[in-house]
This record gives sequence, structure tokens and C-alpha cells, in this order.
Amino acid sequence: MLEHILRRMGFGASPADLASWAGVSIDTVIDRLLNYESASTDHDSKIGNPAYVGITTSSGNPFSPNTLINDARQRWLFRMIHSQRPLEEKMALFWHNHFATAYSKLAGAVGQERATRLMDNDPNSLPGSPAGQIQVLREFATGSFPGMLMAMAKHPAMVYWLDSQLNTRTRPQENFGREIMELFSLGIGHYTEADVYAAARVFTGYNWQVAGDRNDAQSSYYTFLYRAADHDTNAKTFTFAIYPNGGKTIPARAAAAGEQDSLDLILALARHPATAQRLATKLYKFFVNETSEPDAALVTAMAQSYLGNNYNIKAVLRTLFNSSQFRNPANFFQRYSWPLEFTVRSIKEMGFSGLSVNTALTPLSNMGQHMYEPPDVNGWELGPGWISTSSMLTRMNFAATLAANQRFNLARDAQPYRASPDRVLQYMLARFPNIGFTSTATSAMTDYLRSTAWTGTDAQLQARVPGLARLIVGSGEYQFN
Amino acid sequence: MSFSRRQFVKGGVTAFTFGFAAPQAICDIAFAQGSAARNLVVVYLSGGNDSLSTIVPYLDPNYTVRRPTIAIPAANVLQIGTDSSGVALGLHPRLTGLKSIFDAGRLAVIQRTGYANQSRSHFTGFDIWGTASVTNTSGTGWLGRYLDGQTMPVDPLIAWNTQRETPRPLMARLVGVPAITSPATYAFSSPNTGVEATYERTAQTRISSHIPVDRPHLAFVNSQTQAAMNTLDRVATVATYRPANTYPNNGFGQALTAVAGAMNKQIGTKVFWVQTGGFDTHATQGVNQGSYFNLMASLNDGLKAFYDDLSAQGMLSNTLVLVYSEFGRRITENGSQGTDHGAGANMMVLGGGVRGGIFGTAPNLNTDPANPTLENSAGDVKYETDFRSVYAKILDNWLGSNSVSVLGGDYRTGAPNIL
Repeated sequence: MLEHILRRMGFGASPADLASWAGVSIDTVIDRLLNYESASTDHDSKIGNPAYVGITTSSGNPFSPNTLINDARQRWLFRMIHSQRPLEEKMALFWHNHFATAYSKLAGAVGQERATRLMDNDPNSLPGSPAGQIQVLREFATGSFPGMLMAMAKHPAMVYWLDSQLNTRTRPQENFGREIMELFSLGIGHYTEADVYAAARVFTGYNWQVAGDRNDAQSSYYTFLYRAADHDTNAKTFTFAIYPNGGKTIPARAAAAGEQDSLDLILALARHPATAQRLATKLYKFFVNETSEPDAALVTAMAQSYLGNNYNIKAVLRTLFNSSQFRNPANFFQRYSWPLEFTVRSIKEMGFSGLSVNTALTPLSNMGQHMYEPPDVNGWELGPGWISTSSMLTRMNFAATLAANQRFNLARDAQPYRASPDRVLQYMLARFPNIGFTSTATSAMTDYLRSTAWTGTDAQLQARVPGLARLIVGSGEYQFN
Repeated sequence: MSFSRRQFVKGGVTAFTFGFAAPQAICDIAFAQGSAARNLVVVYLSGGNDSLSTIVPYLDPNYTVRRPTIAIPAANVLQIGTDSSGVALGLHPRLTGLKSIFDAGRLAVIQRTGYANQSRSHFTGFDIWGTASVTNTSGTGWLGRYLDGQTMPVDPLIAWNTQRETPRPLMARLVGVPAITSPATYAFSSPNTGVEATYERTAQTRISSHIPVDRPHLAFVNSQTQAAMNTLDRVATVATYRPANTYPNNGFGQALTAVAGAMNKQIGTKVFWVQTGGFDTHATQGVNQGSYFNLMASLNDGLKAFYDDLSAQGMLSNTLVLVYSEFGRRITENGSQGTDHGAGANMMVLGGGVRGGIFGTAPNLNTDPANPTLENSAGDVKYETDFRSVYAKILDNWLGSNSVSVLGGDYRTGAPNIL
């Protein structure tokens, strides 16, 4: 149960993590993981400390996670592995997929330094610079959904990603107006083409601008800009209620007050029952089970928690995590691990001393999850979509890389059990706990350990134990979360 | 909305249990399907190609009027003659290789393909072209349905996707198409070497050969691993292929090299999926340089190298290349020297068995809202040839399939006579 909770509310657990939770009741574990506001935020200060997973900087450069995307990727991986607030990173990843924005389009427009800031800037790194998109998603991770929608609409990364800067009074452009309804809130079937045109007009005037020392890519950054002259001041009428009194028309307003239009629309989208239902379903599939139809009663309860608590995400999560369904063993391993979940979990379970997270970046991309690069605004293709022949080869080969990297640690840990291959297997299956292997898998593993006569020597342990670790992490069973 | 293979896993698990034969049987199948079998290579130009810059109606006065900064000058185009309506056409000046293939009678250009009420959305457009349906865009792909119709068990390498993700057109109910982005990295690694690595591989093969019917999702994952293990050695032979000529050193060139290698090593693949992106040219398309020029350079150099390679190997007559994109672009350029999403577009088909030439008629670019060759108040090109008729022609006359069953309807009428 504890491993399940830590896999779902975070990215799995190292043996040390499990030890630190020993004796704590499951209710308390869930409560602490959910209410992480008082948990430490000092994870970044441990980057470079040899007791933690390593990072690799590009030749001669200092580690620059706010201006170099490769370093930003490593920082995020480091946080997924070591953060004391794993749910914060888990939710940031969930929202990254929900508001899927790709670095490469931004970098093509503004260069790598400013594009990296747009994606995941730490505002403390440069005075005046706003938080990057993922950092904003961390801040809103379990907070107000309308607040997050508004923050995303006005985030310069989103502005450019969905062309809001081209959306003007004289030349309205539908890209953002469509996606905020189709993908970010209501979902298809709950709005019309006329609503798309109206929504596009609501967001006219949204733009971005460069600030700071604009000639220096290192010390400049992009901020949101509302250009009143570009705003369409006419009334906008929708097919669904915009106001609590049922009114469907956003009134004509002076251009200077035009930003109120978007606030009105976003609140309407956030309080729409279709949004509640869609978010609840998406969160259910992310945290409970995606291999069978969602439990209608729990989804309804989650949607009610959302609507009854000011559209607050933590209220939804509380209902979810306190449900019997979340803790039902029938729902264990009923999600396909996202490549990031697979990668971080395997690092935590296999061990990371002397490992650099940089090693994981190319494999992650080959598994289909290039960080900060979702394939399109739809996000990644989840579930079975993660699995193909080449992605399975990559997952197995990453397990091989980890096992080779941890060869001596793994062999040393298995030494107390060297008397027989069965004991070694028992130990390893406990180290990668409760996976639910089929008997075909375990007997193939036993036979593997017995490929030649068992001696239990150091040399044999150093070959077969990493080999077994690779078989476990590369197995079909291990691909589920 | 977004497609999921989930539903296939549910219904398809029994197929997986018999869909993957033992390795020896697979080799026999590959042999039986044979090197003489014809191939189809689909090249998808991702982002919506600006057809009017690929095949230019360079004498249409409205062409330069509506595209003041991005029109290809008449003096620069590579003239290929006139179409049946008398419109003079020229290829983009960077398409010198395609021009030579056209001159050899092995390139067919089909103008104004599409469908009624064309979608301007990348996702919907791609799915419509992929499913060959405008109403059910979340189902199987047209190539997937072709593969599903092959005699079971199919060889796991019957199709080869050079992209990481399975694209809609290759989505099948019974056949899992391997994603092989690079034959060189499509390999199995172990923390050990030599005989120790072999023991591990034996165990891995055994573990993944277990397809538990009562655990369909585990069965699905294991089937993918199994397909990978069963194809490793044959794909490895492809990695040894060294073409005699030079391909461009980019993703497109590398993918086409792998395709030529697969043909050279006779591994029996019938359908290849190749993709090249960057065609969503909203801004600064350029004329004699710039983003569109670079796109044409990549397309031209890749296809010409592939064509020359296959010619030298004597494999051209077995190969058909289909080039398409999800939509064409607006006729009038936008405020940022680019073009926005449009409608009708060109398709191209090339290969040893192709009847080359110009098919279909060019749009007349005048802005009269009643202009029958345009739609959307003369903003976009209106389709003339249903894209599915081109699919039908290829399915019936090239792959020897039945287009009516694969496409779910008879689209043979009006098909350009390219084969």
C-alpha cells in the first residue's frame, strides 16, 4: 500500500524513502503528501551534493537551469527524484500535459535562453523576471483552477504558443479561443463555432513584450502585455451562461477595461459542469485507474467537490485520495507509467549514487516524453500510446544503463543472500516490491540466475544481479504504475 | 477527441495471441511475402504544405498580386508545362531533383486534392486524411485497415514507422506497427557482455513471450516487447546498409536511408511511414532563401537521393512514394510574410511504376467570390479530386488490395490515372 501511495502521489520510493515512512499510518502519509505546503523547498540546494543524484553541465558552463533547457530538464528530474513535495511535481507534470506547450516553438522565436525562462524560470534567478510556465503550474498545482486558467492565458509562453499576439480587433485569430474551450476546460461538444469566434474576440489585445536588458539574452525575459488598442470592445455573446444569472453576453466595454472580458469568460468556463466532469475524469485516470471505465460515483463526487469548493483542485484531490477506490488493491498497477514516472521510479528503486540525470534525457525522448516538448497542444498520447516496439527497447535499455551504473551496489546488497539463487531472487523481488509478476516471469528469472551453475561468487553476483535488475525493470509488469 | 489505442487493446488481445508467430515461422512469412513485393512509402509533410509554392501557377496574374512578398518569380520556377485547363505550371526552383524525375516521366503531381468542407485544423485534418473519413476521425487508419486485411499471422515488419509515435494512418486493429526511428539504435543492450548478455536476452525473450489473456494490458506490452525481440536481428542487418550515393544529413534523409536499407536487405516490409515537418509557415516563408526554400531543399534532396539509390539498385519498379500534407494554405499571404491554414492542396506520387505528368487543374486565383475553383469567399483553394480516390488507385492498382473495403466506400470515380 505505501509503495502504491508513493508511486501515485509521487514518483515512487527509494529504500531510504520507504524507511522514512515506516510506522506512519496510511492516512497520515496521504495527508502529509497532499498538504505539502509546510514541507521543505530546499531541494535545489542539494544539486551537486554527492549524496544525491548528479547533474551534468555542458562543457565548461555553470549549471544554468533558467537559461539552458537541458539544465532545466535536469533540475526538474532532480526535483522529481528528491523533492520533499512529490505531489507538487506530480501535479506540475499533470498540468504540463494539460496545458501542453513546447519549448522549441518559443526557442525559434526568442532564442534558447529566453525560451528556457518562459518554460521554467525561477523568478528569484533574475530580478523582475516572471515565473516560467511550469513554475506557475507548480504554484497553482493544487490551487484555484480559474486562477490557473487565467495565469496560463496571460503567460507569455502560452501567448506565443497559441498565437494570441496575432489575435487583434481587426484580424481575430482563433487558436487560443478554441483551445481554451476544447482542451483546457469544457471539452468538445460543449461549445459551438460561434463560441470560438466570440472567445477569440475576448482575448484580442493579449500580447507579450521583452523586458530587462533586451540586448542580452541572459538578462532579458518576456512578460505579458495587454495592448488595449488591439482589443475588440464590442459585446460578445455565447451559447452558454457567462454570468451566474444566466446571462450569455459579455457587455461592450472600453478598451482599457477589456481584460475584464477574459476574466468573465474564464470564470464561466471554470464553473461550467462540463469542466468539472472533465477535470474529475482526467484526474481519476491519472491517479486511480485508466485501464477500465472510470468509477462514475467517485468521478461525480470529485466534480461535486470542485463545484462546491470554489473550483479548488485540492478539494478534488482530497476526495480522490480519501476514497476507497484510490486504496483498492484492484486499482494498483492499472495505469501505464509515463516515461517520466518509469524513469524516476527506476532510478529511485535501482539506486543513483554516481548517476547523472543527464543520462536519462535522451532515453526519455526516445520513450516518447521529451520534457518541455509535448508533441502538440493535445499533450502526449497516454496509456497504451506510450508503448511501441522502440519505446519498449528504450525502456529496457535504460534499465540496462542503470543496472550497469549500479552494478557494484546491487551485487553488494545481494551478498547476504548469495547462498542460493532463490534467495537472491526473493531479495530482488522485495527490493522492487509488489509488482505482481506472473509465474512465467519469475520462473524465467530463476532460470536466468541458474544459466550456469550457481556459485554465489562476487563475480557471479556482479553479472547476474544487475542482469536480474534489468529483467525486472524491463519487464511488462514494471511498465505499469 | 484524441485517439487512444486503448480500445484496440481491449478488443485486440486475442489477435495478439495468434498475431505473433514463432521466429522461424516469421522468417518463412517474410520470405513468402518476398522481395518482389511492392512497397508503398508514404511521405507526410507535417504542418500543412503551401502547395502554391511547390507547384506554382506562375502566369496567373493574381498569384503575384495576392502574394506580393512571397510569390516565386516566374523567371525562377522550373517549368513543367501546362495542365489540362491550360495553366502554365512550374516547380519551386529548389526542386531540381524532382524536376528531373518529372522529366523522366516518373513523377505525378495531382492538383487540388482534398474533400468537401475541408478542416483547417492540423489535428482534425491529419486525422481525416489518416482515417480517410470525414465523419469518424478517431478510428483506424487507411493503411492500418490495409494491414489488417493481410493474411494472419502477419510478419511484425510488414510495416515500418520511422517516427516514434504511431500516426493515425497506421493505426490498426490487429497489427502493431513497429516504430523504428533508427535501425542503429534499435538494439538490445545488457549490463553484461558476451555469453552473460545472451543468457539475459534468452530470459527476456521468454518473459515477453507470455501473453496472458486474463491481463490484456500486460499482454499488449509483452506483445510489443516480443515484436521488438523478434525483429532485432533483421533490423540490425538494415543498420549495416551503406548507400552508394549521399543522402542529406537530416532526419528525413536518415529515415529514407533506413527505408532503402530495408528494401536492400529484403526484410519484406510493404508499408513505410516517413515524415518531415516545419510546413506550418505562418511567417517569413521567403522566396530565394528562407524557411520555405529550406523545406523544399530538404524534400528535394531526400527524395532525389532515395530515387537515385533505388534506381541504382534496380528496385525503383517495386517502389511507390506518396507525398501529401493535411491541408493547403491560404492564397493571400498574411501580414507576416507567411500563409495561414487553407484547404485544397497538391499530392505527389513518384516511382518506377508511376505514370508521370500533371493531373487535375490549377485553381484560378481571382478573388471573385463566385470563382468555382476557390472556396471561403475565394480565400482558399477548393478541392477538385477527392484525396481518397488517390488512395483507392494505390490500393487497387499498386498494392493489389480492395479499396472499397479498405476505404469503406467506392472512391474510384475520378481517380487520377497515375498507375
